[in-house]
Amino acid sequence: MHRSDFVRQLNNPGGDRRPSRVLHIDIPLLLLLLALCGIGLTVLYSASGQSIFYVKRQASFMLAGLLAMLIMAQFKPRFWERGSILIYIGGLLSLVAVLYFGVGAKGAQRWLDFGFTRFQPSELMKIAVPMMVSAYLSRRHLPPQFKHVFIATVATLLPVFLVARQPDLGTSLIIFASGFFAIFLAGLGKRYLVATVLSALAAIPTLWFYVLLDYQKQRVLTLLNPGEDKLGAGWNIIQSTTAIGSGGWSGKGWTQGTQSQLNFLPESHTDFIIAVLAEEFGLIGVLSLLLVYLLLIGRCMMIALNAQTQFSRLVAGTLSLTFFVYIFVNMGMVSGILPVVGAPLPFISYGGSAIVTLFSGFGILMAISTEQKRI
Amino acid sequence: MIDNGVFSDPERERNLFARRLFVGTLMTLLLSLVLGLRYFNLQISRYEDFATQSNNNRVLVRPLPPPRGLIYDRSGQLIADNRPSYNLTIVPERSENVEQLLSELGKLINISERDIQSFRKKLTRRRPFEQTTLYVNLSEAERAILAVNGHRLDGAETSAQLIRHYPHRDLYAHAVGYVGRINEQESQTIESVKYSGTDSIGKVGLEKFYETQLLGTVGSEQVETNARGRAMRILQQTPARPGDNLTLYLDTDLQRAAFDAFKGERGALVAIEVETGGILAMVSTPSYDPNLFVTGISQKSYDGLLYSKDRPLFDRAIRGQYPPGSTIKPLFGLIALQHNIVTPNYQINDNGYFYFEGIERPWRDHNFARGGHGDGVNLSKAIIESCNIYFYGLGIKTGIDLLSNYGSQFGLGAKTGIDMPGERPGIMPNRAWKKGAHGQSWFNGDTINTSIGQGFMLTTPLQLAVMSARIASRGDVRAPRLVKSINGIEQTATQVATNIDIDTEHWDYMHQAMQDVVHSRRGTARSINIELDYKIAGKTGTAQAISIDAEDKYDSSKLNKNQWDHALFIAFAPVKDPKIAIGLIVENGEHGGSSAAPIARAVFDAYMASQESVTLVTK
Repeated sequence: MHRSDFVRQLNNPGGDRRPSRVLHIDIPLLLLLLALCGIGLTVLYSASGQSIFYVKRQASFMLAGLLAMLIMAQFKPRFWERGSILIYIGGLLSLVAVLYFGVGAKGAQRWLDFGFTRFQPSELMKIAVPMMVSAYLSRRHLPPQFKHVFIATVATLLPVFLVARQPDLGTSLIIFASGFFAIFLAGLGKRYLVATVLSALAAIPTLWFYVLLDYQKQRVLTLLNPGEDKLGAGWNIIQSTTAIGSGGWSGKGWTQGTQSQLNFLPESHTDFIIAVLAEEFGLIGVLSLLLVYLLLIGRCMMIALNAQTQFSRLVAGTLSLTFFVYIFVNMGMVSGILPVVGAPLPFISYGGSAIVTLFSGFGILMAISTEQKRI
Repeated sequence: MIDNGVFSDPERERNLFARRLFVGTLMTLLLSLVLGLRYFNLQISRYEDFATQSNNNRVLVRPLPPPRGLIYDRSGQLIADNRPSYNLTIVPERSENVEQLLSELGKLINISERDIQSFRKKLTRRRPFEQTTLYVNLSEAERAILAVNGHRLDGAETSAQLIRHYPHRDLYAHAVGYVGRINEQESQTIESVKYSGTDSIGKVGLEKFYETQLLGTVGSEQVETNARGRAMRILQQTPARPGDNLTLYLDTDLQRAAFDAFKGERGALVAIEVETGGILAMVSTPSYDPNLFVTGISQKSYDGLLYSKDRPLFDRAIRGQYPPGSTIKPLFGLIALQHNIVTPNYQINDNGYFYFEGIERPWRDHNFARGGHGDGVNLSKAIIESCNIYFYGLGIKTGIDLLSNYGSQFGLGAKTGIDMPGERPGIMPNRAWKKGAHGQSWFNGDTINTSIGQGFMLTTPLQLAVMSARIASRGDVRAPRLVKSINGIEQTATQVATNIDIDTEHWDYMHQAMQDVVHSRRGTARSINIELDYKIAGKTGTAQAISIDAEDKYDSSKLNKNQWDHALFIAFAPVKDPKIAIGLIVENGEHGGSSAAPIARAVFDAYMASQESVTLVTK
């Protein structure tokens, strides 16, 4: 008998038969997620120009996401560890397929169209990469040797470049971050860390001249000087900072934001939705949301710390840090401290794929969370 | 787990992970702090700036263009009014891609290359959030097409606008003028605020002269707009004040009578109300339709007008300068009488030639071939038959100084001061003028030429009419005026100088002589006295369009018609109590009596007819 099993029986002699245990649900995590969904739907109603249609659709995405989360939570972490290589390879192949057969909008090919539904492989990779890298490294002796770091890096960069080719800079950045976090948490040596930072700096000119497309460069330039092109590339940032700034402490009130209601704010219900929240609920609203996010991340980190296996630890830690990257990239870009890349604000921005992906990630976290108490 | 032969140490790995996660947590909190500070900076530190900016974003101040003042003739008939027109305007800021929008619009309605060019030109002057007109006068069908496709034409808007309309078309073109779109040059001189809702401006004629009054005062409204510039609601409104309405002295019946009487010949006529100096009719023919210019004339139509040899755009009435010829004789006769240089009894013998001491070549009379006007030519006969020889002598005896001095008092050689732009001054030559213009001293030969209205002397038809009116009114010096009242407030016709000092008996004498020009058996304008039940006083004139060598005789059959002499006529009526005075010219009309005088008769008849109807009404 394992020691932990013994303890569990001591604490709970009758066996844990609470529904949350049976269904592999982490209650604090679920409550925080539901809180975010509630905030998201509230802001979306205002941001979409008070469209009950968008709210209904988003709510159904959320239900689908919750369902996906619950299903994924039922599988043991061991299952995900073993399956990660298959998921990763499948994802990689579909990314290649997207480059040739993909459909999309606004000059980017992001989806595979199966007729009855559309599938966005880059979303899958947001989970597949941390799982794959975690699974690979957790089987090595940690901290990893150079060889293993190299392999893990290649495994990360392959999808990063494929997604960047679509082009979808925001998602490729997230995927890169997730791979990097896994390697970092696995105990990447300080020398490698320094080397990574230096090579990232060295890569900037290469990126600028060979990888970034003109519109992407424009966005970076716009960040540096939004006033230069007030009606072109700078418009989004000027309007979003105006929306945020005019919110003040407590905002203009729900559905009362002039910037968003009068359509000055572009993409107000998708990537720029934080500006609507900031305009209508002020700094108090923004900080409240940030607090909920941090509580969620904190809960995830506790799960990571208490996880039973190296794989579980790495996956949970990676997913929680990556989740913060979503938030930082989005809130940073809308407030004008980061270039504009396509990055939705988790659970608040409108969009089905992103919601389902996010919930799936939390499904794995729940699987990890409920495992620890059970072994 | 075994890797490379080294046993893994779960506890150590766990601690390593915990340390790394701790670093990650620190980074997360640090970056959260960065976000928090950034939002604090935007929402709290810079709140005022952004609140203002957000308000400016939403509130747009739109100019409300004032309706332009209307122009009426003296009886209240509309000469210039405003009609609604639907224009296609573009707010560049609202359009993602103006070029694409233009090509999109080009597929829907027929926009000419010229419209697009002028739009681009305007675009450089206007700010991107202002409406700029692309296409004017949308038809109902075009409006419907645009409305249906409105959703994919962001930045394009249909706006209703009042545009100028001239119901009488070519009748008043030169006098009233027209408005047209503000051009580059004008945009630099006008106060842009006043014109913020208007894109046209008076270009010529009264429309230009009274631009300030006609324009009105622009109003404004604050509207809340969405990002596409669509007005959602009006927050505040200051209505525009319409421009002042002008009532003119011009009389449509007289104007029509004069215009028709020219029968398309080139020429000009000005009729003045003697008592007030008001312009009753002002015609320059051929004319053009001013409506063509309001929304921008096509290059082809414009070239047609510009290069026509009849020069329809040229306002002959105030800008055409012609030698007055014999129409100057009554004026010079009056001067000579007043200064006792000739008396009514003074007579000469005219054999057709005039010799001046020291000059070998003689001056001729127009009828020198028939031996001149013969014996006993006094001033009256010299006026009635238009004897040049008499006036050569009269001119020499009077001297250029006196002629020129009085000429100025009768309105010659300087702008009359009419309320119209572009008037030409003509030339009333004198010693100083010749010194300045030609650097030469004045010769007696110059005086001789001047004394029959030739040589250096030039007058506009308006000046002829003014001279005629001053003779008719016995020296009442008034500036000619087109505008009678503004917004119903009478514009008092001011006397610009004291009466010309000429004795009554001389006025009587000259009026009688001029009446005999029309009503006597030998008068040069006797052709118009048939069935005339009131008295007209007049004087014909002929002005050389080209110079004929002294040895040659003028023979119209040997010349192209555009080299024929100009026919002139000054007149007033009724003689006993002059009401209306006329000056007119028919270019290449040859003889004042045959081609110019009948036009004056037509105008007098129209005037007398209108007076009769007025009398009947008052009775």
